[in-house]
Amino acid sequence: MPNMSLKKNEMPSQAPDVRNKNFNEVALGYELSQALDEAERCLNCKKSPCVSGCPVGIRIPEFIAKIRENDFEGAYQVINKDSSLPAVCGRVCPQESQCEQKCVRGVKGEPVGIGRLERFVADWHNANVTASPEKPEPNGHKVAVIGSGPSGLTCAGDLAKKGYDVTIFEALHKAGGVLVYGIPEFRLPKAIVQKEVDGLKALGVKVETNVVIGKTVTIDELFDMGFESVFIGSGAGLPSFMKIPGENLKGVYSANEFLTRSNLMKAYRPDSYTPIKKNDNVIVVGGGNVAMDAARSALRLGAKNVYIVYRRSEEELPARREEVEHAKEEGIIFKLLNNPVKINGDENGFVKSVTCLKQELGEPDASGRRSPHPVPGSEFDIEADCVIMSIGTSPNPLIKSTTPGLESNRKGCIVADEATGKTSREHVYAGGDAVTGAATVILAMGAGKAAAKAIDEDLMG
Amino acid sequence: MYKILRKENLNPTVTLMEIDAPLIARKAEPGQFIILRVNEDGERIPLTIADFDREKGTVTIIFQIVGATTELLNAKNQGEYIEDFVGPLGKESELEGLKKVCVVGGGVGNAIAYPVAKKLHNLDAEVTVIAGFKNKDLVILEDQYEAITDHFVKMSDEGNWGEKGLVTDALRKLLEAGEQFDEVIAIGPVIMMKFVCALTKQFGVKTVISMNPIMVDGTGMCGACRLTVGGETKFACVDGPDFDGHQVDFDEAMSRLTMYRDFERQAHDHVCNLLKMEVK
Repeated sequence: MPNMSLKKNEMPSQAPDVRNKNFNEVALGYELSQALDEAERCLNCKKSPCVSGCPVGIRIPEFIAKIRENDFEGAYQVINKDSSLPAVCGRVCPQESQCEQKCVRGVKGEPVGIGRLERFVADWHNANVTASPEKPEPNGHKVAVIGSGPSGLTCAGDLAKKGYDVTIFEALHKAGGVLVYGIPEFRLPKAIVQKEVDGLKALGVKVETNVVIGKTVTIDELFDMGFESVFIGSGAGLPSFMKIPGENLKGVYSANEFLTRSNLMKAYRPDSYTPIKKNDNVIVVGGGNVAMDAARSALRLGAKNVYIVYRRSEEELPARREEVEHAKEEGIIFKLLNNPVKINGDENGFVKSVTCLKQELGEPDASGRRSPHPVPGSEFDIEADCVIMSIGTSPNPLIKSTTPGLESNRKGCIVADEATGKTSREHVYAGGDAVTGAATVILAMGAGKAAAKAIDEDLMG
Repeated sequence: MYKILRKENLNPTVTLMEIDAPLIARKAEPGQFIILRVNEDGERIPLTIADFDREKGTVTIIFQIVGATTELLNAKNQGEYIEDFVGPLGKESELEGLKKVCVVGGGVGNAIAYPVAKKLHNLDAEVTVIAGFKNKDLVILEDQYEAITDHFVKMSDEGNWGEKGLVTDALRKLLEAGEQFDEVIAIGPVIMMKFVCALTKQFGVKTVISMNPIMVDGTGMCGACRLTVGGETKFACVDGPDFDGHQVDFDEAMSRLTMYRDFERQAHDHVCNLLKMEVK
């Protein structure tokens, strides 16, 4: 008999007033008993709508059935057929708008905690299985993957499993892309990312750090070096700013810079050589997951007050519900329906305050969201010594400016076929944020997976 | 890991290192820079490429010991390794077609000005170099400059090397005497570049400067290196580091360089103490 409880097993977590002072992981993961109990909530429906909600098509009821049988490694193997980063996805996927949204149990009550179960299985595997996977028989074909973020790691993993000789080129000194420079330790411990990268290396994937494709080596040179196909997974790098007065004052960061200093360069540790400004009052502009990450990092770095300033209302916040709830519990102050118009500095060029204008919502715009309009005469100042702009990014121009014939659109995103990742250049594929603009880890993984399949079909015909 | 093939102390505070980096040497051009990390857990710092040898596969950097990271770098010896070394980053200096150029270098900025002057010389341009240092003990690259310049003007604050005075004094003299340059290229402290630009603006001479702001990734990802050029925000790492000097907001750039001054001072003291302990 399935477990008919209307609620998911709750995720054990660090208490809000404890975790907002440390960088350890917030969610602690299911205990064995909770995982077994939650697995009993799955009805194992024939139609499995959950699977259609997963961008990489993980066979969800099948892996949950293995949990019920206490066969956790078996469950891992089921997931591993479709996803190369289960420990990552179990943590950062927006399950509520994907698999869990389609779950039949969600019609009445809460859906099955699929993400939490995925994480349980991946963590069980990482803790208990040390044997490295068998290296597949080489097929003699060389493929280059640009960028070691979610799309690149997935594409490389899928191809390596088929016997391809894969080399990943990474511009930074550490592999992982946004998983190491962007997403904070308290949401995704870096040891987990390292484990996934090590897993790929065990499959024979080579990782060349400190190589900027478009600068150190161009795509045409990769072909000269003997690579037969190239996958571009370079991400959406370039941070956007608001173009308001005062944005170049000291204490104004892009979210990319603030998070890179804290995550990749470990500026939150007292022994780090990389500086990060110590602040009392921090304003984060924007309402996405990155804004939540920046705000919660600022709090952990010792800020007294951290504000999210967002021009629409709570309903339109693009961040995951769970992240917003976590941020609120930790004490982040939400200043919704407000938009900064000016950043004010002191006599030494440091940020002193931000002038905001209240907003009201009008009719839905092209994006389907109600568009904000300023309320005349509603200016007010918020005291702040740090402002973090988290209003999006656009793709890095280094590759497209050095690759003749590679088509990109008006926004600078590389044009690629959604189903195959094929670009306007023969044997060049692309996926992830470089194609879509800033999106999610799992969508990037889906694109890496699709491209790996297309590359395989192309080369093996 | 990148091997230090040669290390030379150019003066008490400035060191040259020739690094084994064949991929970068293959592509490097004057005006471009690299980013390095001395050790695991080290800071990423940008340094402009001072020279390169495509055959040998080496890239030369010249740096002044100003903070914790350069102190740690200077503690490395010939035959040892640097953890990370990535490049060439930024756009190369646009030098083709210039016939008569004045290159102005201030202090350790001469390390960056030299490869620019050398390439101009190789392109058959008439090259005047005005090099300025605090005093004769801090002079670098004197012989190298002699070999490639048509006119070499030496200036020092203390007057014990060349003439006493600032590089702008020498440049003003040349411009007032009616020298016509296609372009002035100024590389040095921001304050020096600011005053060179103020001067050349009066004479209507196009002036290109090379910025060296705070950076993290150096590939356009973080925006730490942004500056205002002609009223627009630019990223020095991908849009520069060379810019039209008459368009740059130098006061803002100088202010931004001081963002981490307190942290840098503490980190520097900390490293100095560590290195002293190692010596004991």
